[in-house]
Amino acid sequence: MLGKTANGLFWMYRFLERAENTARLIETGQRIALTRSGASDLEWRPVLQTAGALDAFLQVNQEITKDAAIDWMLRSKDNPSSLQSCISAARQNARLVRTALTHEVWEAINDAYMRAQRLLARKVGERDLSAVLGAVRQSISLVRGATLGTMLRNDIYDFARIGTFLERADNTARILDVKYYVLLPSVSSIGSSLDNVQWETILRSVSARGGFRMEYGNNYDPQDIAKFLILDRRMPRSLAFCVRKLRDNLGYLVECYGDRREAWTKADHIDRAYLSHTIETIFDYGLHEFIQRLLALLSDLGAQIERDYRFYE
Amino acid sequence: MSNDTFFDEMWLEEGGVRDPYRRFATWFDDENPKDLRAKQREAEDLFRLAGITFNVYGRSAAEERLIPFDIIPRIISNAEWQRLSRGIEQRVRAINAFLYDIYHRQEIVKAGRIPEGMLARNDAFLPQMINVTPPGGIYTHIVGIDLVRTGPGQFYVLEDNARTPSGVSYMLENRETMLQMFPELFVRNRVQPVQNYPTDLRRSLAACAPAGASGRPTVAVLTPGIYNSAYYEHAFLADQMGVELVEGSDLRVVDGRVAMRTTRGYKPIDVLYRRVDDDFLDPLNFNPESQLGPPGIMDVYRAGGITIANAPGTGIADDKAIYSYMPEIVEFYTGERPLLENVPTWRCSDPDSLAYVLDNLSDLVVKEVHGSGGYGMLIGPTATKRDIAAFRRKLRARPGHYIAQPTLALSTVPIFSRAGLAPRHVDLRPFVLCCPEGIHITPGGLTRVALKKGSLVVNSSQGGGTKDTWVLED
Amino acid sequence: MRLTIRHTTRYRFESPVSYGLQQLRKVPKTGHQQQVIHWRTEIEGGRKELSYEDHHNNVVELISFERGTQDLAVMSEGEVEIRDTSGVLGPHSGPSPLWLYQRGTTLTKAGQGVRGLARSVEGETELDRLHSLMQVIHAAVAFEIGDPHAGWSAEDALAAGRGVCQDHTHVFLAAARDMGWPARYVSGYLMLDDRVEQEAMHAWAEAHVAGLGWVGFDVANAIAPDRRYVRVATGLDYSEAAPVTGMRIGGIGEVLTVQIGVAQQ
Repeated sequence: MLGKTANGLFWMYRFLERAENTARLIETGQRIALTRSGASDLEWRPVLQTAGALDAFLQVNQEITKDAAIDWMLRSKDNPSSLQSCISAARQNARLVRTALTHEVWEAINDAYMRAQRLLARKVGERDLSAVLGAVRQSISLVRGATLGTMLRNDIYDFARIGTFLERADNTARILDVKYYVLLPSVSSIGSSLDNVQWETILRSVSARGGFRMEYGNNYDPQDIAKFLILDRRMPRSLAFCVRKLRDNLGYLVECYGDRREAWTKADHIDRAYLSHTIETIFDYGLHEFIQRLLALLSDLGAQIERDYRFYE
Repeated sequence: MSNDTFFDEMWLEEGGVRDPYRRFATWFDDENPKDLRAKQREAEDLFRLAGITFNVYGRSAAEERLIPFDIIPRIISNAEWQRLSRGIEQRVRAINAFLYDIYHRQEIVKAGRIPEGMLARNDAFLPQMINVTPPGGIYTHIVGIDLVRTGPGQFYVLEDNARTPSGVSYMLENRETMLQMFPELFVRNRVQPVQNYPTDLRRSLAACAPAGASGRPTVAVLTPGIYNSAYYEHAFLADQMGVELVEGSDLRVVDGRVAMRTTRGYKPIDVLYRRVDDDFLDPLNFNPESQLGPPGIMDVYRAGGITIANAPGTGIADDKAIYSYMPEIVEFYTGERPLLENVPTWRCSDPDSLAYVLDNLSDLVVKEVHGSGGYGMLIGPTATKRDIAAFRRKLRARPGHYIAQPTLALSTVPIFSRAGLAPRHVDLRPFVLCCPEGIHITPGGLTRVALKKGSLVVNSSQGGGTKDTWVLED
Repeated sequence: MRLTIRHTTRYRFESPVSYGLQQLRKVPKTGHQQQVIHWRTEIEGGRKELSYEDHHNNVVELISFERGTQDLAVMSEGEVEIRDTSGVLGPHSGPSPLWLYQRGTTLTKAGQGVRGLARSVEGETELDRLHSLMQVIHAAVAFEIGDPHAGWSAEDALAAGRGVCQDHTHVFLAAARDMGWPARYVSGYLMLDDRVEQEAMHAWAEAHVAGLGWVGFDVANAIAPDRRYVRVATGLDYSEAAPVTGMRIGGIGEVLTVQIGVAQQ
């Protein structure tokens, strides 16, 4: 496979994952704004921050309003993480790697793109927001379904999965990075209803509310939440889950190409040195420091994959 | 040639349907126009979903357009096709022999059959190809011969596309779409298949691998990139052949070969089907500004380390000035009378021809010698007085840059319009593959149709569409 | 006469070269009045990828830079035996057709300056007129010591009234072709009578005269090439006969040193 193709697959699936993440963040933001009275616009700052879109937003906008924030994350061409930008970029990469995709995957991503173009052509009113986000997320799910159902399990698939999980790990880590303080033990002792809302927000933004309830019931405990999002290997957006998947898929590449590269070693190191401890150890280490460290390691891993598999010359 | 009576390929002048269309016409009469209109829209959706679009130059990346597809097939009888394909094969053989000759001993010039100046003053003649023999002696691995029809047995060659003819993906997708939408038509009619083209293409390219290549040569398609107007076709062909689609930035000279950067390191390429023009192929040897091709590929080529398809320098064979000598070229190299006719052509470099052309501008089509795509041309009968006056000045200033041809009464085939079947002018581009083992022509080709009533311009950039083209089994 | 030639080109870069190629035309031709006894090329900081003969019968060697190198050295040396034929090389023998040498190029396009010069040419025979052309150019373009002006065309040199051997040759080619002679550029070595060490290769022109064939004209020195001239590469202009044509990625801050030694054995 061409290095360029590996690069295109990696980014196609990163952008798809990012699109879904952006959609989820908008939904969460909207949800919180609705369930709280008063200065709801304030709630959009952390949402923009989590999406990594705050600085660019403030360069274009004077203040944070709900409408502007939603439109920025939904449709803005100046925001590379907007839903529209992510889907366009995913499809552009898909065109680049057209020869590596099955007919079904190509048609699914092309359809998702055409659908998003249509749905996001004009500003989306509040009333339509949920339906539009639902439709876009559904069309992204179709791409994922076609990928799982029709692609050969070879190096092409591995690069697709590596892009997916690297992006997902990064997203979860960033959510934790922005909201880590509400999970700290000192804060949780207050136990106000405000905290409950914050905790719910975190769970919602990784689609984990149902899963968490199934495991821990209705009783939100910040340490449980942190454990669930960081260490639980059954939870498909947890850091431990994503990094294990990364290591597995890099391992398949090692098998496929018959030589071990640095990236696998690095993923294995992250898994063993950072994600195989108890949550208490992590709190002792310092939750914020831990998340910061992990974000740096993930970014370094991404760069290593690029080098190992010659994404660029 | 009169402009008001055109040969229609489906309908007889006295009413009734010509033979090849008989079964189709019966089917059509039983169909509900409303259903067919829905099918027409469905076809468009299928094309859009599959992403069979072309990019418009100079527009934003988002601008991708569909080439309109018309659901009425163009049908050719097997007997007609046999005659045509013999003529095409003869012509393509001659073109290859011509290219070999002009880049070696130039016997045709020495024999006085074409003037030296035709080569000496021709920008399409590529000196870097002198004394280079491409692997297998093949110059034009893929050729598209543009044909027009004016009567029952009357076909003319309008143009030979010997560089990088495009459109073959439309030929294949049009058939695919028709098979999906109207399977019953293919039960009633026995239509010769076109779907083997990608397999044939790969086999044909592999057969042209340089000496020393392995038994399973590595083939790749070189594209200028996703913003190129024909990117879809490049990706489609690479995908269908099961080979890599590469860009200039993927390639380097490694160990004396052109190699592509893969996840496992550099891998040498034996045959490169390039969809990049000569000038942009190699910044070290041609245009130094180009980023589209790998530097040094011409050096590797000249040292015998790679096959470039089509060979550099083949553009001279589809030059419009050389075109006018095609009957002589066919006779010189095959020793036979040409089976396919050239459109009568006046070379304006000749004073007598120029005088005639200037006197009859309003009846003629005048074309620039270097150039393509129907831009630098005058279509006399539909041109305004001002256009004609402007062209008259251009002709006087540089007569050697132009040729002129009569306006041909292009045949018509019906399209499915709002008002039902309506005749529109068409041309035909069959695709020809050449390798040392022989010449292979895919039955049919791409039919382009001028969708505007009365228009003779079939180019997709100027309101043209396409049709599925059927060659019947018997 | 037998000449020994050594030619070393060294490049030093401030930053590493990540990728680069050089097309070399440095191997003297065998044929006509000269014979290469032996010749070899050595490369440091790079490797030879391939070689072939181009359409002017030049030996072309393609070399690549070693990845990350900051130094590249190309050393060639050998011996060449030369007969004096008063600059006459004899009939054209391909592979390019003679008419190719009548094609103008960007560097040798005849404009008003060149045409004006051509009008002052005198002489009875073709050979006389070509000699006259050489003298006229020699007088119009002052010989300059130093590096050539990159990209100067024949008209540029003529307008400036000065130039190096490359410029003299381009003016001659432009005028000769405009007057109807096929003509070509020659890059090569010239043995100097007073010293062995030199900084640059030499360049001169050849024109094709009916009956005689190719005839050489060293315009910069206004003489016919003799036994001291070693023909290396020919082309329509400098760009086709240049000893080095290259491209590279990285490698900023190039410092180039050239050492040439031409001596009689």
